[in-house]
Amino acid sequence: MSTITFENVSVTYGPETVLDQLNFTIESGSWVSVIGPNGAGKSTMLRALVGLTASEGSITIDERPVTAMRRRELARSLGYVAQTPELPSGMSVFDYVMLGRTPHRSYLGSGAGDDLEIVREVLSLLDLERLAGRPVSSVSGGEAQRAAIARAVAQRAPVLLLDEPTSSLDIARQQEVMNLIDGLRSTQGFTVISTMHDLTLAGQYADRLLLLANGRVRGDGSPREVLTIEAIERHYGAYVRVVEDADGAITVVPLRPGRQAERDGATFEG
Amino acid sequence: MGDTSLAPTRLPITWLAIGFMGLVAAATVSMSVGAAGLSINGIVVELLDGLPGIEMDSGLSATDSSILWQIRLPRIVLGLLVGGMLALAGTSYQGIFRNPLADPYLLGVAAGAGLGATLAIVYGPQSGSTIAIVGPAAFAGALVAALGSYLLGTVGRATTTSLILAGVAVAAFLTSIQTYVQLRNTDSLRDVFSWMLGRLSTAGWSEVRSILPLVVVSSVALLLHRRLLDVLALGDDEATALGVRVTTVRLVVLVAASLGTAAVVAVSGLIGFVGIIVPHALRLVIGTSYARLVPLSFLAGASFLVIGDLLGRTLISPAELPIGVVTAFFGAPFFLGILHLTERAAT
Repeated sequence: MSTITFENVSVTYGPETVLDQLNFTIESGSWVSVIGPNGAGKSTMLRALVGLTASEGSITIDERPVTAMRRRELARSLGYVAQTPELPSGMSVFDYVMLGRTPHRSYLGSGAGDDLEIVREVLSLLDLERLAGRPVSSVSGGEAQRAAIARAVAQRAPVLLLDEPTSSLDIARQQEVMNLIDGLRSTQGFTVISTMHDLTLAGQYADRLLLLANGRVRGDGSPREVLTIEAIERHYGAYVRVVEDADGAITVVPLRPGRQAERDGATFEG
Repeated sequence: MGDTSLAPTRLPITWLAIGFMGLVAAATVSMSVGAAGLSINGIVVELLDGLPGIEMDSGLSATDSSILWQIRLPRIVLGLLVGGMLALAGTSYQGIFRNPLADPYLLGVAAGAGLGATLAIVYGPQSGSTIAIVGPAAFAGALVAALGSYLLGTVGRATTTSLILAGVAVAAFLTSIQTYVQLRNTDSLRDVFSWMLGRLSTAGWSEVRSILPLVVVSSVALLLHRRLLDVLALGDDEATALGVRVTTVRLVVLVAASLGTAAVVAVSGLIGFVGIIVPHALRLVIGTSYARLVPLSFLAGASFLVIGDLLGRTLISPAELPIGVVTAFFGAPFFLGILHLTERAAT
């Protein structure tokens, strides 16, 4: 359906190497979260995939190099939600989501006949109907993020790329967005690639984590395999405790330095 | 609300009709008022009579009829083409630069036209034919300035900011030359100034004919890009990720808006504020959607300039106020008021 492969993908900005020989394959239908410290190259990886940043090496979608695809065609394969989506002032949520139909329109032409239907469907799917007439710049942070995801869903692209979808949201809104993406993935069959700062959240939802540091893949596997105390300390320089629940869910807890006992799994006092 | 909000923002046909009617009303009043008053009835019948296949007697005298056909009508048509084009170009510039302060003169078109016109007035043949070369010289100057700004602003990593800065630099550079030439030739000062302030007073059908093709081509091109301007409101990255070739769209819109502006500036001189206040006034009334703004800005700009010109030629009649003075005199306070309103809305 939509298998994405990176082969020796590098990105350089002048003398600086941001991505260094990335190699991996993302299976259709999976949810991969890209984690790593600030400046690791997570966003650049998404930008390279969607063609916003020039890269060397080969990136393919179902074995077709993205460089051989026309812009509109690429936009019909990849729905991209930027880290801080631009919310044009005065534009209604409906019009904003409608922009997701852009890759299905010809250069100057109006859309296909089913554009309106698709947008209404997406608004209903994401529970945005009552906000449809409101200016997208005036809705709350969580609602704006939902609108941005709705726009990408309206693209009807099989792959969703989400750059820090939960940043700047409160804990309940973070959950809401992650549940929404999870639901879309299971009901609509999306392949999801997200960059995440919150390791616990990343581990709870994704099938697979890619740990990037200094532009290289430093960890690749299930949350349980990647989220280890050693890896987090080495690549983030963070002092954490990692808890595994009976069902295998991983929680990463930041600790104050010196609380060795807690880190080793002793019970909290009080 | 429920149903209506589940629909895209479109241009309601009634608004388009209101825009057209406003323009027709402005034009009709403008045809009627002047040193020789013409009855609106007579004007309407006379215009109908001008249509092929219709024979009617308007009751206008031969003099009145020729005032209408040879003096007022071409001036009004010129006014609506110039006003419509400037407002449309301003709206389009604001769209591609995502900057509410952008106007059609952003890339130095005004400075370039000013220099071209000044050179033609000062160094051109000192006879009746001066006028014939001022327009083309201004047009050429405007295009050179816009092209120069574009080339300078897109060297290396092109951003809208680098383009705007290049426009500012080119405008300052050309204006310095223009000022120098002007100061060295003070005998032409009056002519240069009069051109700079803009006027529709020398209008005849020849001016209309000379700009009509470019205005039509530019306007149609800009109208066709109105939906893409809404996509560009998302910024370059998100628009690109939606499959839009941002650089191409920006270039096409820039070329269309600049060509149209250069054409009208060449015949009308520098008429300020139309390209900035008309789009802003419209935004207050109809919102920020370019699907609506682009078509309506032409109609509103056309009406605005026709009315402005009417004021210009009647307020201190028999003398005339330059149209640039009228638009700036009414435009500047209006503009400040809008700034004030947006600031209040933002806090």
